[in-house]
Amino acid sequence: MAADNIEDEILGKAYDAKLMQRLLGYIKPYRKYVISAILLNVVVAALGPLRPYLTKIAIDKYIAHSNYHGLFLISLMLFGSLILQAFIQYFLTYYTQYLGQKTILDLRTQIFTHTQKLALRFFDKTPIGRIVTRVTNDIESLNDLFSSGIVMVFSDVFIVIWILVFMFFMDIKLSLVTLSVLPILVYVTFLFRRKVRSSYRNVRLHLARLNSYMQEHITGMAVVQIFHKEKDEIDKFLDINKEYREANIKSNLYYSIFYPSVELLSSTATALIIWYGGGEIVRSSLSLGVLVAFVQYTEMFFRPIRDLSEKYNILQTAMASSERIFKLLDNKTFVQNPDHPHDLKDVHGEIEFKNVWFAYNNDEYILKDISFKINPGETVAIVGHTGAGKTSLINILTRFYDIQKGNIFVDGIDIKTLDKKELRKYISIVLQDVYLFSGTIKSNISMNNNDIPIDKIQEAASLVGADRFIEQLPNKYDEIVKERGSTLSVGQKQLISFARALAFNPHILILDEATSSVDTETEIIIQKAIEKLLVGRTAIVIAHRLSTIQSADKIIVMHKGEIRETGNHQQLLAKKGIYYKLYQLQYKDQEISKAV
Amino acid sequence: MKNLFSLKKYFIRYKKKLLLGALFVVLSNVGSIYIPLIIKNAINALTVKVSVAQLIHYSILIVLASLFAGFFRYLIRQMIIVVSREIEYDLREDFWSHIQKLPLRYFQNNSTGNVMAHATNDINAVRSFLGPAVMYSTDTAFRLVIVIGVMISLNPSLTLYSLLPLPLLSILVYKIGKLIHEKFTLIQEKFSELTTKAQENFAGIRVIKSYVREENEISQFKQLSKDFLNRNMDMIKIQAYLQPVLFLVTGLSVIIVIWLGGVKIINGSLNLGDLTAFIAYLGILTWPMIAFGWVINMIQQAEASMKRLNKIFAEPYEIQDNDTTNNSIKDLTGKIEFNNVSFKYNENLPNVLNNINLTIPAGSTLAIMGYTGEGKTSLINLIPRLYDCTEGEVLIDGANVKTIPLELLRTRIGIVQQESFLFSDTISNNITYGLRKHDQEKVLKSSKIAHFDKDVETFPNGYETVMGERGITLSGGQKQRASLARAIAIDPKILILDDSFSAVDTNTEEEILKSLKEFMKDRTSIIISHRISTVKNADKIIVLSKGAIFEEGTHDELISLGGIYADLHYKQLLEKELEELN
Repeated sequence: MAADNIEDEILGKAYDAKLMQRLLGYIKPYRKYVISAILLNVVVAALGPLRPYLTKIAIDKYIAHSNYHGLFLISLMLFGSLILQAFIQYFLTYYTQYLGQKTILDLRTQIFTHTQKLALRFFDKTPIGRIVTRVTNDIESLNDLFSSGIVMVFSDVFIVIWILVFMFFMDIKLSLVTLSVLPILVYVTFLFRRKVRSSYRNVRLHLARLNSYMQEHITGMAVVQIFHKEKDEIDKFLDINKEYREANIKSNLYYSIFYPSVELLSSTATALIIWYGGGEIVRSSLSLGVLVAFVQYTEMFFRPIRDLSEKYNILQTAMASSERIFKLLDNKTFVQNPDHPHDLKDVHGEIEFKNVWFAYNNDEYILKDISFKINPGETVAIVGHTGAGKTSLINILTRFYDIQKGNIFVDGIDIKTLDKKELRKYISIVLQDVYLFSGTIKSNISMNNNDIPIDKIQEAASLVGADRFIEQLPNKYDEIVKERGSTLSVGQKQLISFARALAFNPHILILDEATSSVDTETEIIIQKAIEKLLVGRTAIVIAHRLSTIQSADKIIVMHKGEIRETGNHQQLLAKKGIYYKLYQLQYKDQEISKAV
Repeated sequence: MKNLFSLKKYFIRYKKKLLLGALFVVLSNVGSIYIPLIIKNAINALTVKVSVAQLIHYSILIVLASLFAGFFRYLIRQMIIVVSREIEYDLREDFWSHIQKLPLRYFQNNSTGNVMAHATNDINAVRSFLGPAVMYSTDTAFRLVIVIGVMISLNPSLTLYSLLPLPLLSILVYKIGKLIHEKFTLIQEKFSELTTKAQENFAGIRVIKSYVREENEISQFKQLSKDFLNRNMDMIKIQAYLQPVLFLVTGLSVIIVIWLGGVKIINGSLNLGDLTAFIAYLGILTWPMIAFGWVINMIQQAEASMKRLNKIFAEPYEIQDNDTTNNSIKDLTGKIEFNNVSFKYNENLPNVLNNINLTIPAGSTLAIMGYTGEGKTSLINLIPRLYDCTEGEVLIDGANVKTIPLELLRTRIGIVQQESFLFSDTISNNITYGLRKHDQEKVLKSSKIAHFDKDVETFPNGYETVMGERGITLSGGQKQRASLARAIAIDPKILILDDSFSAVDTNTEEEILKSLKEFMKDRTSIIISHRISTVKNADKIIVLSKGAIFEEGTHDELISLGGIYADLHYKQLLEKELEELN
């Protein structure tokens, strides 16, 4: 929970017409339903205020004239209106909440879809937690606005209007006398709303401080204990804790004044009815029933007005969230797709880099003037020390990032003129850091692609030798994989990622070999799996295995963003250059352990 | 309820205010319950004959009664709600001072998010019990008794008939509330599934883009969102019932009063004023009856939360001063010994350290090397008792660390941890974190030794620059040097550097080591590193492998030994050559 966010929210505007307009845009598809819901609201709002009026009829017409039958009938009518109101109310609540949920669903899907189109550059710069918050918590606070806020405000307003209609219909003068407290009520509510708004902000601010203090110190508890600062920290904590308490107590003060004040005003209205209405009754220009009805109306009238101030907080939170959501939606960090992409029909798998320059940040070139060509079916090993630019090389081939200068061709066609998705369909990447999703073994190999039948999945798994451990799992291919594959070993995860690549049967394979050490037995299985992977397709391997390098058709030695040496294993060793040093640093031990 | 009983001590602490609160509840109710009686009298008088003066008298009485009730209602909130905030404060204080004393083991096993959930949600649930739940339940109880008493005095049989539906209300609210709680739990589950999905997607976006699975991910996310919507709708269905049912039941009471009361009026056994009073009383009773159902739910949730909190309160401190603490130890010289030390993080886990025997003379430098996960950090954590060893003993100046007062032990040992953690505070406050009071001279001196001073000069407000989320972001190397300065500032007798230069370039590292040499003259120091350049000048170097000392000696001795150390040395030379190659 970042204190930042909340503080932004607290300081943000409470209402922004532009944001609201954009938000309301999401209701547009359901316009008809919203309008009919509002109309229904107008009707149902009348049913509550109708009952005191019926009570008036019961008193004046039937009780006063000892009409048992009429009294019974009016009681039935009262009951009828009650049932009807309950029924419509249920329907209406359900219906409007459903609309709210639908709107939220649309918005959530839109944001998620948007994130899927954003370039990796965006993900490099933005903490994952922040993007997650946009599609989850921020959306939820809009939910409150759509599902209860807007609708409840409408129904409250209509109820107040209907009460006024009934009151004025029965007796204009008495209505005016009763409503004479209204200006005071409006003023008190206005005052209260202002106070509550600032105290609500204050409470949220101090809560945010309290939470971020705790968050930070729980994370850094080791430091607190190492420096033996527990006593000082508790003092600091108590200060923040106290401020939060005081903020709450202050906010409570406003509520403890406001609620009784509204009660007092409501009682004053009742007193006015007794005084003025009683006088009118004495003069026989008013009936007792009207007086009783008016007493009931004052009760009804005050609640919606009192509640309006609470709706305000919902609005405030929703505005802040929508601002952040729209900011994400307006982010246009895309890798551009060509307007009229070339067709890539029968891929042979020829790759050519021609004078390629690439930088993540302007002018800090990671790759400098890279040129090489790979013939269809060839395996090329790329070796180099940390920071040589190996990973960048594969990032640009699939257009995760666009290059600044030069060209990259697949089968002689510039990849910038190809559809990104088409391009990536022909190229599979096996990353060093194997990423498994929560799901099953099956869904991880097929990446949830239902076009890949189970026998293809099994075939791929058995080709890379993953079938042996999968068959031993209690649920085999349906075994549950936890988040990040935490229940599987490093070697097993690698084999699954190999199977994944094979299942997609790419024309071009990019393999970033893992450096992490595995036991000898697994190592042998992995080596065999890699051999299988490379057969019959063009392959670029960032190699960490001696066996892979030795079997490669060509080795490209990179150093500080440039290609420094090219050739096969023996030729390069004989050169006694960079490759020779790398060999001693990274690969020689493997030779020794192999010999053992 | 048994867990909530542990709140007894807080209640006792504020018993005066709470009892006053209860008294005010009674008084306030007397006032508000009096109002319908005045209305009753007024209307009854109106049906016979009444003077304007009498009407004014009734009106004034209504306003006065409301003032009386309102005044005490204000005081109720000022007592009970304020006390609930005060108890919340006390509870949070107790929670935090307890949490701080828990061993690091606890934080290893419980994620920050988990502990935070207790500190926020659980304390909040208990607070709702303390405030609103206590207030509404006392209010409801008193109000119920008084109102029913008054109603019976007006007309017993009408009271019986009109109140028949109300208990139904409490039961309904309670049942529905429980159901809502269940549905809410289901919604939360889906919500966390949705969050996990988003989290995984964004973390694995490279794989998704590589395999062109974006469309599929979108449809999966959409499906989850739909499931989430459906679960929400399950809840909404119930909530949508709640409101209509509530006013159906209360409305039914009113209709019974109008019908049966009307019949009684026609019979002449009831007055119109009494009937009006009945309607008003039903209005007064409705809300407390509804609240009663909610209150029971609140209590149940608070009970569950308090159970979780009590579980934390029951966590043992493990590492603290006790009977064996030798308070005559006033300072450390710095000789460290490990005697047959073994250590494991958990009973069910294998040993991380196996039978370590090691002596570090006071004032000397020990360097520890080894691959990742071989037990280097575990070893040094035993010295300031961040963990206690499971077998054998760790001695400082001949005394078992378990007998050295914890405060002395920790304030005389400076550790720079592998992952440098700094607080979102000013640079200078971070550096002086371990000092009892601020000392600008120390800030400058330690920053200079740690070669951090030049960096600080480039910051907008120098040492007063705030870092972290709301300030500047330091690079990994800067963070490490700031943490080094923080450890130097406490003037420790024993300085432990746990791979503290990994993000610092080799040249700067060399300079830091040079200036540290002077500082470490009379201090014992332990340096963990992966770099030969860092450790080669140490008085003694040990190489840890699989939790045991695999090689030990000086740089030259280890080179001639031709083992792991020599191999690392050779490789690092090669790396250096490669780096220097253009």
